[in-house]
Amino acid sequence: MSEETKHTKISRRRFMQDTARTVFGVSLLGLGLGFYTQRSYSLPAMALRPPGVKNEKDFLASCVRCGLCVRDCPYDILKLSTFTEDVALGTPYFTAREIPCEMCEDIPCVKACPTGALDKELTNIDDARMGLAVIVDQETCLNYQGLRCDVCFDVCPLINKAITLETRHNQRSGKHTLFIPVVHSDSCTGCGKCERSCVLEEAAIKILPLNLAKGELGQHYRLGWEEKEKAGKSLVTPDQEHKYNLPKGLKYEHDGQGLMKDSN
Amino acid sequence: MSVSLPRDAGKSAIKEKGWWLAHKWLIARRFSQLSILFLFLVGPWFGYWIVKGSLASSLTLSVLPLTDPYILLQSFIAGHDILSTAIIGALIVTVFYLFVGGRVFCSWVCPINIVTDAADWLRRRLNIKGGARFSSQTRYWILLMTLLLAIITTSISWELLNPVSLVHRGIIFGSAFALIVVISIFVFDLLISRKGWCGHLCPVGAFYSLLGRYSFIRVSASKRDNCDDCMDCFMVCPEEQVIKPALKGKSKGLGPVIMDINCTNCGRCIDVCAKNVFTFSSRFNNSTL
Repeated sequence: MSEETKHTKISRRRFMQDTARTVFGVSLLGLGLGFYTQRSYSLPAMALRPPGVKNEKDFLASCVRCGLCVRDCPYDILKLSTFTEDVALGTPYFTAREIPCEMCEDIPCVKACPTGALDKELTNIDDARMGLAVIVDQETCLNYQGLRCDVCFDVCPLINKAITLETRHNQRSGKHTLFIPVVHSDSCTGCGKCERSCVLEEAAIKILPLNLAKGELGQHYRLGWEEKEKAGKSLVTPDQEHKYNLPKGLKYEHDGQGLMKDSN
Repeated sequence: MSVSLPRDAGKSAIKEKGWWLAHKWLIARRFSQLSILFLFLVGPWFGYWIVKGSLASSLTLSVLPLTDPYILLQSFIAGHDILSTAIIGALIVTVFYLFVGGRVFCSWVCPINIVTDAADWLRRRLNIKGGARFSSQTRYWILLMTLLLAIITTSISWELLNPVSLVHRGIIFGSAFALIVVISIFVFDLLISRKGWCGHLCPVGAFYSLLGRYSFIRVSASKRDNCDDCMDCFMVCPEEQVIKPALKGKSKGLGPVIMDINCTNCGRCIDVCAKNVFTFSSRFNNSTL
């Protein structure tokens, strides 16, 4: 082997070694960052995204963390996460219990977003779905105890639509009515006003991310009465008229009179 | 002229040209970096919104959108349909750096540059030698890694870590964590690896290097015949390997213009050269004659 080929062989060997070292080192860094990225999707339940975010995965692919939404929020509700929070670094969020979304009609945060991470198709703030209010604790909610707190109902920007009060008999007193707050997911925007204003030490109504707050019926599942209404008739065996086995000369009146003499 | 000590780099230029002329471009760069930061801060500090947002994406005087093409590229390959405002912003930025040089972002805009320059200056003053060495190609591998991660994780993965955005955002949105990152990078460059961050690892710089591959404005060693081998330019250059082909390549038929994509157009070599070898020029002024 000549001196020169030996030299090239050594430098080639060295080059391969250096490259392998760099590539392996960078791969390790990438692996770590990859796992960290997977973890970053797990947004803490208390952190709510601004209006127009469809899901966390799409959001983290599109938010460039510029903070323009934060700047254009007239109520300084949004903040950018830092390393000390569990929210993906630099992304905007708010905490309902601290300061809820004011649901501006012109939605300045969505307008400010340069990338569409906050969906520009959201033009009516009532269509926003930042989360869903859930009465997480019936045992402490004052209305469930028979008191007329009603604060969550009263502060709701979609009063009597997103939260309604359903009356129920008060078993304890035997003579009063419970006014149970019920949240309706078809109207609730998740603005957080109810959670913010809940009078308890720890709110009994909380905004949860939709995936935590909502159940989902199996795709194959059909509710009989809905199908019946759609088809205009029963899809299974037709309902048979109920026949009572009554003594002769008597009939059963369904509108409250009960057993009657058959006038015929 | 003998080779000066690293700590004395630039002294002969000060003697020859005076302090101000020997720091002309350095002062201009610091002015540029701090002004840009200040423009972002005027809004939150005084309530006059000249520039809103951050280096990732900003809106100047409510009309001019500017977006970092590197972050937007990651968003795009992560599978997001990007809106026109961001694309226009990224195009403006891209065209600008195509003209002035990609790494101009590093030396004239990026706030981290002040930190790593300071670390390098102190390293020379204290005569700190050695430390970990990375290949200067590492940053391109990291750049590739960040792009692959964007595809694999369908997320702008690098922004979970990127110290450049983190520090800039930390300053203008007020987060003390930025200070920890600044100190970390400073100590890293000072003690662990010489010119480690900006010169070897940062994928943002690597992206802008590639972006400015064919950029117009270049530093030229136009009077290279005057070079007295004092080595001052090599000592202050953040990417020292870029100088040699232009400065010493005459015998090999190489032109005087620094064509290396890693040159940051910082102009520090122009400052510290007592013989006025270097000057800003264009890539087309590269005849060997």
